[in-house]
Amino acid sequence: MLIKEIRDTLDAELLVGEDLLETEVHTACGSDMMSDVLAFVKDQAVLITGLLNQQAIRTAAMMDMVCVVFVRGKRPGEDILQVARENGIAVMATTHRMFTACGLLYEAGLNGGCKTI
Amino acid sequence: MSDMSGNSLHYHYIVPGDDFTQAGAASSAVKQILKQLGLNPQTIRKMSISLYEGEINMVIHAGGGEIDVDIDDKKIVAVLTDYGPGIEDVDLAMQAGWSTASEQVRGLGFGAGMGLPNMKKYSDELIINTTVGAGTKVTIVVNIEN
Repeated sequence: MLIKEIRDTLDAELLVGEDLLETEVHTACGSDMMSDVLAFVKDQAVLITGLLNQQAIRTAAMMDMVCVVFVRGKRPGEDILQVARENGIAVMATTHRMFTACGLLYEAGLNGGCKTI
Repeated sequence: MSDMSGNSLHYHYIVPGDDFTQAGAASSAVKQILKQLGLNPQTIRKMSISLYEGEINMVIHAGGGEIDVDIDDKKIVAVLTDYGPGIEDVDLAMQAGWSTASEQVRGLGFGAGMGLPNMKKYSDELIINTTVGAGTKVTIVVNIEN
């Protein structure tokens, strides 16, 4: 699935990463707890989270994730968007709640496949 | 900061303990350096994740500290030194899901009790020297595989 398809599936607003819309995303992870995200390595993944701070982006960056989706209508501030730009990570915001956002992406063909390092 | 001595590189970072928004900045900087050195992505990821968890721990548990990173052609060694409260029971702290983090820390997305287990999982060697009331020194070693 491409990042632009994630945007369309979630009716999301893209906030950072116009140049990343054609980037392929293979798997997804939905969590508000960053250490749980860090426990499993995923390839070219999207992080779906309600955690609105810089560490959500930094965590994604450590994992080489390519996209972060903020759910429940949360809007990241400029400080968060700046960390995303520095790390080449697309950021979007959707009004869907976590469960619905994950469900929509799963239904559209994205799975949570992951591997340990 | 860096200096060359022989074939090794040394970097030193101060981790402020009073500004959670900056937590992870040193790890991000190290990740950039490892990328520039052209190391393989898995090696970079292993050190980045371990160091990031360690840096977060320093901020949420110990009021910050210092990180020293040494890189040679065989391995990356990161030493995290803090003067915080120390870890009372290291075996317990290594258990997945066990944490003393406050609700406030959990609200920041950490304190799930996965920090040390993740560091153990991603590093090739993890050494914890801790003294209650005096501080903790954590050494993370990741081997460089070509």
